[in-house]
Amino acid sequence: MAKSHVAMKVNGKTVEALVEPRTLLIHFLRDELNVTGPHIGCDTSHCGACTVDLDGKSVKSCTMFAVQANGADIRTIEGMANADGTLNALQEGFREMHGLQCGFCTPGMIVRAYRLLQENRNPSEEEIRYGISGNLCRCTGYQNIVKAIQFAAAKLNGVPFQEAAE
Amino acid sequence: MNVQTPTSAERAAKLEGLGCKRKRVEDIRFVQGKGNYVDDLKLPGMLYGDLVRSPYGHARIKKIDTSKAAAVPGVVAVLTAETLKTVNLTWMPTLAGDVQMVLADGKVLYQNQEVAFVIAEDRYTAADAADLVEVEYEPLPVNVDPLKAMAPNAPVIREDIKDKTDGAHGKRKHYNHIFSWQAGDQAATDAAFQKADVTIKELIVYPRCHPCPLETCQCVASFDKIKGELTLWGTFQAPHVIRTVGSLISKIPEHKIHVIAPDIGGGFGNKVGAYSGYICAIVASIVTGRPVKWTEDRIENLSTTAFARDFHMQMEIAATRDGRVTAMRCYTIADHGAFDACANATKWPAGLFSIITGSYDFPTAHVLVDGVYTNKAPGGVAYRCSFRVTEAAYCIERAMDIMAQKLGMDPAEFRVKNLIRREQFPYTSATGWQYDSGDYHTAMAKAMEAVNYKKLREEQKARREAFRRGETRELMGVGVAFFTEIVGAGPSRACDILGIAMFDSAEIRIHPTGSGICRLGTKSQGQGHETTYAQIIATELGLPADNITVEEGNTDTAPYGLGTYGSRSTPVSGAATAMACRKIKAKAQMIAAYMLEVHDDDLEWDVDRFRVKGNPERFKTMTELAWAAYHEVPPGMEPGLEAINYYDPPNFTFPFGAYICVVDIDVDTGMTKIRRFYALDDCGTRINPMIIEGQVHGGLTEAFGIAMGQELHYDEDGNITTASFMDYFLPTAVETPHWETDWTETPSPHHPIGAKGVGESPNVGGVPCFSNALNDAFAFLGSTHIQMPHDAWRTWTAAEKLGLHG
Ligand code: FES
Ligand code: FES
Repeated sequence: MAKSHVAMKVNGKTVEALVEPRTLLIHFLRDELNVTGPHIGCDTSHCGACTVDLDGKSVKSCTMFAVQANGADIRTIEGMANADGTLNALQEGFREMHGLQCGFCTPGMIVRAYRLLQENRNPSEEEIRYGISGNLCRCTGYQNIVKAIQFAAAKLNGVPFQEAAE
Repeated sequence: MNVQTPTSAERAAKLEGLGCKRKRVEDIRFVQGKGNYVDDLKLPGMLYGDLVRSPYGHARIKKIDTSKAAAVPGVVAVLTAETLKTVNLTWMPTLAGDVQMVLADGKVLYQNQEVAFVIAEDRYTAADAADLVEVEYEPLPVNVDPLKAMAPNAPVIREDIKDKTDGAHGKRKHYNHIFSWQAGDQAATDAAFQKADVTIKELIVYPRCHPCPLETCQCVASFDKIKGELTLWGTFQAPHVIRTVGSLISKIPEHKIHVIAPDIGGGFGNKVGAYSGYICAIVASIVTGRPVKWTEDRIENLSTTAFARDFHMQMEIAATRDGRVTAMRCYTIADHGAFDACANATKWPAGLFSIITGSYDFPTAHVLVDGVYTNKAPGGVAYRCSFRVTEAAYCIERAMDIMAQKLGMDPAEFRVKNLIRREQFPYTSATGWQYDSGDYHTAMAKAMEAVNYKKLREEQKARREAFRRGETRELMGVGVAFFTEIVGAGPSRACDILGIAMFDSAEIRIHPTGSGICRLGTKSQGQGHETTYAQIIATELGLPADNITVEEGNTDTAPYGLGTYGSRSTPVSGAATAMACRKIKAKAQMIAAYMLEVHDDDLEWDVDRFRVKGNPERFKTMTELAWAAYHEVPPGMEPGLEAINYYDPPNFTFPFGAYICVVDIDVDTGMTKIRRFYALDDCGTRINPMIIEGQVHGGLTEAFGIAMGQELHYDEDGNITTASFMDYFLPTAVETPHWETDWTETPSPHHPIGAKGVGESPNVGGVPCFSNALNDAFAFLGSTHIQMPHDAWRTWTAAEKLGLHG
């Protein structure tokens, strides 16, 4: 199959490649670029394990062709840590609040939560739950993921995190 | 010295041992996208395999033409049953004593059954070529209803064993019959029913569902022709079992097979079995001489690997008029699909289903299970459950409600009246289990108080009256469930898999500087073993948990173990870990005695050190002793500080819990809203409360999914209609209720640290609790049992049948 030239920024680095037009962005990231943080959990765009941040939006990278991402600026879980290499507020929140178990949904969850907090600095529990409803988790039951995101929001806003009473 | 010596309590806290909400070690890599899952693996020259699957539920294969597929550039080989015959691998043995086709041999027995395996240079080419494999089918009559499987003219599912009157578990009574299995005392039970005051009888169906971890099943097989060695990376909950089975099937000597389970993206039972895809990848690697990767997609996962449940239970209870249970009888038809590939301990074709008397003091009981073949996928795994315990707990908990309703008693009060009392432990159940410990009444009372149960019932009463008056279209249901689990398989006298006793193991090496490594035969799929096993060691050996590496999943380095499922890691490997620590500690004590020039018996253990009795200033810490073990051991003693333990548990453990759920139902739409869910768990000694709570949240969410929407549904032609996330319900953060967790702590008397295991309890107790809540909402209208799953359609239909829509 004829290949097309694509160039995009992935976690701050410019990459160029020849890809088949039908290559999904998730396969391009994982198989060609070895960016294996984003995962594949379904065939129907439901699970969100493949979520990346693309030009300021959360995108399910299984639902887009690599050629459509030509010229895009992409951030994956691999590009989430602070500039000095320390965990960012969300990564820290997920660990502190036990917001992950098997870790398979986590890269997509954190990338999604990152965009959510960019759009809404101080989301309510309900807004968080709606905000991550495109990302499935089979392990945690979401409650601690919600807390992890609240933890991160508090940290980013410079206020102490208070756990809601049970 | 003017430095204050830390107290024992301060030193203990620093270790992050038992009871500590220790943050997870594994999270550091997962939150940075640095987990290492099977599909992340890329080897030089690696090929990809894709399976061709049957569109039919039952059909004869007239012809397979692979020529077009093979001609696609980039395709390296195509395997069919014919190719597999050359290596004698067309069929493989199952864990349940049956055999199963690896690739369809002459006919297909269920939709999406594996027919051919295409191997190509990349995923896309493999998928393209799979589409070009031409298979000519002749459709056959289909049966997907287990209750019709043993009808005189039912379609013959298994022609290969049609005339065999003996199966792996005794006599077969029909060509679609697999086994009959029973427990308890039939004569005594029948007699008790004859003189019973009150009886109930209900067909309770636990629908077929699927564990559906977020990561599907996958593997990479790499055969080294020169060495004759196979390395197999895969999503394996039980790596050693895969190695042994792999060796038996492939005839590659076991020492030449290296099985590696890297990080696993959830298992819940799905990743226990050996699947066709694995065998095909292995054969493909042998044939091509290159590594071969196989990954399932979600549809393949839901429709072919590892269903759970599909139990059809005719349940009866007898009781006195004043509400004492006197007998229980249950006849079950178990749908095992086209091959009996159940992942049970080999001697237990119906698993531990005879735990069905639950938490109640039944004087007598009888359970009979018939397993049958249908045109559905094989599997029969324990979806976050210990071998059919979920089915048993669901059945008894539903039946207790139905009986309470008939007696006109409150379901909680009826339970309290029949719960096994504390002084009865260890308690022998009517079906022969010995429950290790429990304090059921305390747990139940705590739960009822926490939710203010009495007030909930008053509110419900008022709302029912308002409903009758037409003031509201909403019904309120209160669900109560009290469950007893049986986990930690298991004692070798009772449990084996293909003859291998279900022990588990731990090997601990303490390094000279006082850190160490622990290797185990279990395999975490998200349970946080790297964190929790180190906590057991921290408390046992007085070394900081941070100094202990936990390694699982490599059959070359780990001692033999049966893997992680059935909540067995803590009860079995946790015990092995503690026992191995105790061997190390005993040696350390001798070294300490030598160094301190006292007798062993003059020493006592204090958190992280041995000190001289009556002279606590004289001590040797474990870190010092580790160093000494490598340079000044007593004369005649072997240097080094390590131990291995194979733990064969004396009994199962019996975690329990009391759950209460409140649901509001809109009778006009069938929509349900879980208003409240309270879960009290007693899992014995608590190793890491944070992780326990996380396990409970996750298990409850899975239970919510099962009770409220999950079903692998087949139409009458054998088409599976719920095989993607379009139709198979997985709760999102929006539907998922808020969970309230609570606990009591009744240690197991026979476990070295008293721990019982928790991972599966919330699934076992959660499903009946949701279902009871929903059923309770309609009970005052005379409804006894509405089948799961309780999605809006079924709930609306139930309301319709009760005439609630005018
Ligand atoms: S892989 Fe499931 S949404 Fe992309
Ligand atoms: S942590 Fe396993 S799927 Fe979310």
